Amino acid sequence: MNVHPLIEALSRLYDADRLLTRPAQLMTYESDALTVFQQRPAAVVIPEDRAEVIETVRLCHEHDVPFVARGSGTSLSGGSLPIAEGIVIALNRLDRILRLDAEERIAVVEPGVINLKVSEAAKPYGLYYAPDPSSQSICTIGGNVAFNSGGAHCLKYGMTSNHVLGMEVVLPDGEVVELGGESLEGVGPDLPGFFVGSEGLFGVALEITLRLLPIPQTYRTVLAAYNSLHAAGDAVTAVVASGLLPGAIEIMDALAIKAAEVGAKAGYPTAPALLIVELEGEESAVEAEFAQLMQLIEETAPIEVRMAQTADERARIWKGRKAAFSAVGRLAPDYIVQDGVVPRSRLGDALAEIDRLSASYGIDVANVFHAGDGNLHPLILFDGREDGALERAEELAGEILELCVELGGSITGEHGVGMEKLAFLPKMYGPLEMQAMEDVRSSVDSKSLANRGKMLPSGEAESLAHVGPHPLEKAGVIFRE
Amino acid sequence: MSSVAEIQEVVRGANRVRVRGGGSKPALSLRNSLDDAQELDLSNLKGVVDYQPDEYTFTARAGTPIAEMAALLAEEGQYLPFDPPLAERGATLGGTVAAGLSGAGRYRYGGIRDFLIGIRFVDGRGQEIRGGGAVVKNAAGFDFPKLFVGSLGRLGVLTELTFKVFPKPPAFATVAAEFDGPSNLLSALNGVTSSDIDLHAVDFAPVEEGWALWVRIGGLPNVLQERAQALQAVVSTGAGQTRRLSLYQDQEEESLWQAARSMGWLAQGMGLVRIPLTPQRIPAMEEALSGSRMATRRYSVGGNLLWLGWPDEPTPEEREADSSRDLHSLLLALNLQGVQLIGRARRSPIEGSGIDTDGGEDPLLGRPLQNAFLRRIAAALDPEGKFEPW
Repeated sequence: MNVHPLIEALSRLYDADRLLTRPAQLMTYESDALTVFQQRPAAVVIPEDRAEVIETVRLCHEHDVPFVARGSGTSLSGGSLPIAEGIVIALNRLDRILRLDAEERIAVVEPGVINLKVSEAAKPYGLYYAPDPSSQSICTIGGNVAFNSGGAHCLKYGMTSNHVLGMEVVLPDGEVVELGGESLEGVGPDLPGFFVGSEGLFGVALEITLRLLPIPQTYRTVLAAYNSLHAAGDAVTAVVASGLLPGAIEIMDALAIKAAEVGAKAGYPTAPALLIVELEGEESAVEAEFAQLMQLIEETAPIEVRMAQTADERARIWKGRKAAFSAVGRLAPDYIVQDGVVPRSRLGDALAEIDRLSASYGIDVANVFHAGDGNLHPLILFDGREDGALERAEELAGEILELCVELGGSITGEHGVGMEKLAFLPKMYGPLEMQAMEDVRSSVDSKSLANRGKMLPSGEAESLAHVGPHPLEKAGVIFRE
Repeated sequence: MSSVAEIQEVVRGANRVRVRGGGSKPALSLRNSLDDAQELDLSNLKGVVDYQPDEYTFTARAGTPIAEMAALLAEEGQYLPFDPPLAERGATLGGTVAAGLSGAGRYRYGGIRDFLIGIRFVDGRGQEIRGGGAVVKNAAGFDFPKLFVGSLGRLGVLTELTFKVFPKPPAFATVAAEFDGPSNLLSALNGVTSSDIDLHAVDFAPVEEGWALWVRIGGLPNVLQERAQALQAVVSTGAGQTRRLSLYQDQEEESLWQAARSMGWLAQGMGLVRIPLTPQRIPAMEEALSGSRMATRRYSVGGNLLWLGWPDEPTPEEREADSSRDLHSLLLALNLQGVQLIGRARRSPIEGSGIDTDGGEDPLLGRPLQNAFLRRIAAALDPEGKFEPW
């Protein structure tokens, strides 16, 4: 693959400060939040408008050069890891909220808009954008769309795909199509729904129409400490069986609590397990539901219960929870985070098994999870400087993913397959399903240029092993530090 | 057909296939123009495969009637919150997905696209393929369940479906308000939908003398009265002049929405067309419909959906009385799309538009659905063109 003719062509499109080719310039783009993998692209382009994005994609197609669209690089699955000899299209300057229509309750945004900015812009109209991934203060809507990002409030309102009404996208050969529209309802196959979560394999979203919701009148957030994870899990079962539909149900284990304390000084009680339940809605309704919830929680024998009395207290509870990921970094030099899903009723089994695996590997695992929808987040701690530590951590992570599949769940609830879980998608789906996905991908992108090597094995990939070096690593396509 | 193997055999052997479920949407399943196609009747491919109330999920075969499933869910205090329509007419889960139908309740938690989490389908090669999963949250692989919502049997034959369900609120209440005309109603509508009251459904329609708005809330019974009062205040303080305000509860309230789900307002012999739009497009739609004395209608999902009753085969007198254009060109002029579910819309060729109206048989009305993304997906799933093309 000779990328120089493309770079030559791109240099006619971009000024030197928006076409990066020098190693020092490229360094920032070598990895995303899955930092164990790094790869230097041939070039990074920084388009400022949609026309430049379209032209870049068209040129990549013409020159047979793969490209990766990138927002803030917060992917935890290596979704925006560059491709060697490929192009990175950094979309951060496409950060305009093009239209915010309070009456229709929609926002039309460019892909580089930060998730939280949408809610901030909508706030004066009493509206907000519901999906709230933990990285919402930095991650972009384009990345959320590509990976169908979730967050703590998915149980009630769903993931990104449930809030995208329409979009304009450039397909991997440069053709621009409109998917969906501004209505909550559509005609024909749900194409926006199919595009969301396709991990960049279908092209680049240029404009996204988001559904906004009225900000709930009030929130009631309760924090309950338990003597064991099992007891916290039982409380979740009781809440779910009661018919209450909380906006969020989260659990953290002792190690995660410790991390949140270190990272965000959340003031959490010290306990083996912590449950956070949040109700939202109209004042009177929430009040009535909260009384029911508190009664349920009292019956599950918590060792301590705290209620957020003010917006500040609520913010502090969530800050600790959302900071737990990054804060874990203070407990160990490196960590891997998985986001497998198990049926809610199997949470207890899954946690017991993770505990057993953690002990048998001698590796600490911190657990933070969206208990309401069975979405685990084991944080596997290791020290990359120790010989073989990463491999052992990955092996443990792999066992957890297989466990999720065995229990009837999914290998990923919200981070996506990316590059990290390539070897595991075929464990969740059979050969027919993998082939169907590959058929659709190659029909949409005949040259497999768009985010090649993510979610689906690329044409040239060898059979995938799930232990030891990644196949792309063996092939010299990607490297670890 | 009562087994997947039979379906696979037919798909492999036939030149063309078309699918039929409960027959509640004959404009989609009983089309004359597909006479050369072999019919796959899925009404016997039914039954619940798995129902886990604790997980908020169930899996059922595609031909399972909505009504049977809804009854099973009700035993556990659960429901499909998007109010799947036409259950009384025999609508099946598979047909509802393929037609992409959500009812009034879609307003609160999302539509059928948001509750379908897993599917199995037979593709154009006769292979049964699984998409999505059985858990409520899943971001692994392409989202085939969403792709099949609204796919009209043109991408594959749905055989099995997994849905997310929710606990049903223990009680509902509906505030109804009457207005002089649509403009008054639309002003009030904006006040209602931008309030921070959690609304389950917002429907409106022309009634005998004026327009009626129905707004539904649900939750714990002990505070419902208080909440309904707050809602009444919001409805009547909007810019629109309210003529009359009433509160429905209990059985009377349930019947209101039951009638909406079953399209009780649709007169015998009238066709039914589903038209997505936005509230801002409604004045233009009303203007376009003003020439028609025959059209009946109900707006749903806060003005995001129009269910339009449209005469099938108008008599010459009716034609005379109806100054509006045919529906296809009417929607085309408004840059909207519609799907005919019952009956047959009149379509006359539009000169110079280059659009083939195909003798009036296509259930897709208005702006064409042509899209390179869809064409490429269809080419992958149905390479030999066993299903009707897009």
